[in-house]
Amino acid sequence: MIAALEARVELRDLYDRFRDPKAIRALAKEIEREAQKLSKPINIMEVCGGHTHTIMKYGLLQLLPENIRFIHGPGCPVCIMPKERIDHAYILAMQDDVILCTLGDMIKVPGSRGSLQDARSRGADVRFVYSPLDVLKIARENPNKKVIFFAIGFETTTPMTAALLQKAIEEGMENLLLHINHVTVPEVMRELIDSRDEHIDSYNNQIDAFLGPSHVSVIAGSKIYEEFPARYGRPVVVAGFEPVDVMEGVLMLVRQFAEGRCEVEVQYRRSVTREGNKKAQELIDRYFVKRELFKWRGLGNIPKSAWRLREEFSAYDAERIYTLPKEEIEDHKLCICGDILRGMAKPTECQVFGTACTPAKPLGSCMVSSEGACAAYYKYGNLLKEVE
Amino acid sequence: MNKTITLAMGNGGVENSELIQKVIYRHLGNDILAKAEDATPLGALQNLCFTTDSFTVTPLFFKGGDIGKLSVAGACNDLAMMGAKPKFLSLSFIIEEGFGLREFEKILRSIKKELTLNEAKVVTGDTKVVPRGSCDGLYINMSAIGERVADMSQNRIQKGDVLLLSGDMARHGAAIFAAREGIELENEIESDCKSLWPVVEELLGNLTPRAMRDATRGGVAAVLNEWAMATNLCMEIQEQNCSVDESVQGICEILGFEPFMLANEGTFVMAVAPKDADVALEILRRHNDKAAIIGRISDSYPGRVVLKSSWGTRRFLDMPSGEILPRIC
Repeated sequence: MIAALEARVELRDLYDRFRDPKAIRALAKEIEREAQKLSKPINIMEVCGGHTHTIMKYGLLQLLPENIRFIHGPGCPVCIMPKERIDHAYILAMQDDVILCTLGDMIKVPGSRGSLQDARSRGADVRFVYSPLDVLKIARENPNKKVIFFAIGFETTTPMTAALLQKAIEEGMENLLLHINHVTVPEVMRELIDSRDEHIDSYNNQIDAFLGPSHVSVIAGSKIYEEFPARYGRPVVVAGFEPVDVMEGVLMLVRQFAEGRCEVEVQYRRSVTREGNKKAQELIDRYFVKRELFKWRGLGNIPKSAWRLREEFSAYDAERIYTLPKEEIEDHKLCICGDILRGMAKPTECQVFGTACTPAKPLGSCMVSSEGACAAYYKYGNLLKEVE
Repeated sequence: MNKTITLAMGNGGVENSELIQKVIYRHLGNDILAKAEDATPLGALQNLCFTTDSFTVTPLFFKGGDIGKLSVAGACNDLAMMGAKPKFLSLSFIIEEGFGLREFEKILRSIKKELTLNEAKVVTGDTKVVPRGSCDGLYINMSAIGERVADMSQNRIQKGDVLLLSGDMARHGAAIFAAREGIELENEIESDCKSLWPVVEELLGNLTPRAMRDATRGGVAAVLNEWAMATNLCMEIQEQNCSVDESVQGICEILGFEPFMLANEGTFVMAVAPKDADVALEILRRHNDKAAIIGRISDSYPGRVVLKSSWGTRRFLDMPSGEILPRIC
């Protein structure tokens, strides 16, 4: 059945084949059969918010047996953005001669001074773009303004930002600046496994396996996950974002446990290779270099987990050109996002979930975008399996 | 006369009356307008229903309609959804200096065509011209008065009622989005912009639905959530029964929208008693073969909308929030 999915992919396939009810049901049955062989429950972390969204939107938890559980990971670039960096965006947007551009959900996330949406209602020129390259047009049309791209995202979007800078340099554009917040996946996965409270044994992470996002590996390859089975004994399956992809990814993980294997496997064979996209990786290396530390909202500082512009491109770096506050801002004290991201708690166990913390007024990172675990729980509910 | 609209045409003087007499009356003139009074006596009317709406859509012309058609259909549909036959309309233009007379007349022709479908008349109006840059082309405000022939309301909705959708979802929102973002598609999406009185009239001749609501801004999700909250009942929807055009689905995939949240301008949700469901569906199908029974009303999750997938899972369908797309109508 799955081999048949390998052919040419068209947009139509998304809702014909990769959301095919028969395929989803068949995979659910197969997972259930394989899961009966397991001696203990397994906790799968879907690293990426896109997977969280698929799991909740299509109600996939309702199709899984009790011994297969999910821990919703930190892979939503909007959710993990610390308040101090949202404040950077706000401050930049409020400058008189600045047009601030960013991607989708970033507009509504509140920092300590408000969200970019608030900035706009206070007179700032904030625009959202679908692709980083759209910023070029805005910069060309507004030669008397500084056009700043507030760049967010994982490995997937980083090459696009690099391509934007490359174009800007080629065209000799002087009014286009970047504020870089690109983060990387393996470092945060390592952090989640390593992090533990030395005094509380029960606080060790509960992650048994990872579901890796396909689009990250289209760029970075599947090789970035090889350390997890090798060094940590955690298998990884790189899977696509449609319900059939996610269910097949889960099945592949369950089979690894049932058969006593522990390795990196690729479900999304339609465009993931071990090496990834070399050209995109070169583009990233040409313009970016790793930061020593980057703070993730809810998780704290994680070494080498984010990019910044290389020294030689300082002239394009809004973080260097403008004076922006460096102080850290604490997460809300009632917020348990860190525990949720480590799999220690479910969103509904948080005392402010759905009350003081809602998508309209998020206190914690997991509630800010539809890809965050709390927001997905809030939005789609977690309805029980239907009794037929 | 000028081939573009000038500030002088909004001056209340010679040029202004020239615009009204020579251009607007040519298309929309009738016995009542001809009297050119400050206000219009309407005579005796029964069971009045009154509504108003402003239209700022961009682009002004889109596949399947334009701002003229949209405004008449929009105002008259609000009446039709309350079981009221559209009768009299007001029409106010705010026009940007320099707007082409050709485009203006094209809009007037659309207005005329849509009025005929609704058997309604424009009986009062106003024209303002504002300096270049003060508005984006042309805005329309329209109020409408109708006579109510059936008593429908969300308050009549009951547990056990059947929910129907009059066509496929999200065409208008997707069409406007594609036009505005310059997205080229193999099959261009046509807005569902349409006057609903003809289908409503036929329905009312055969049954009295509990309630109807056109799924404009906020889409089908907003209507269902409003009804769920107002009745404190649960709208249980079978997702695969709500049809979505392939190109519309494509736009939603690219931009990350849910078809349930995108605007429609000629598609409505209807609640009927179970005994009326088959007749209602048959009539809807005569006007649009995508019409379908989409669900039932229960009390399982009071105040919520539950979406059921074809693989046996369920989830809530929430009220849309945030800026989905401004200036869609």
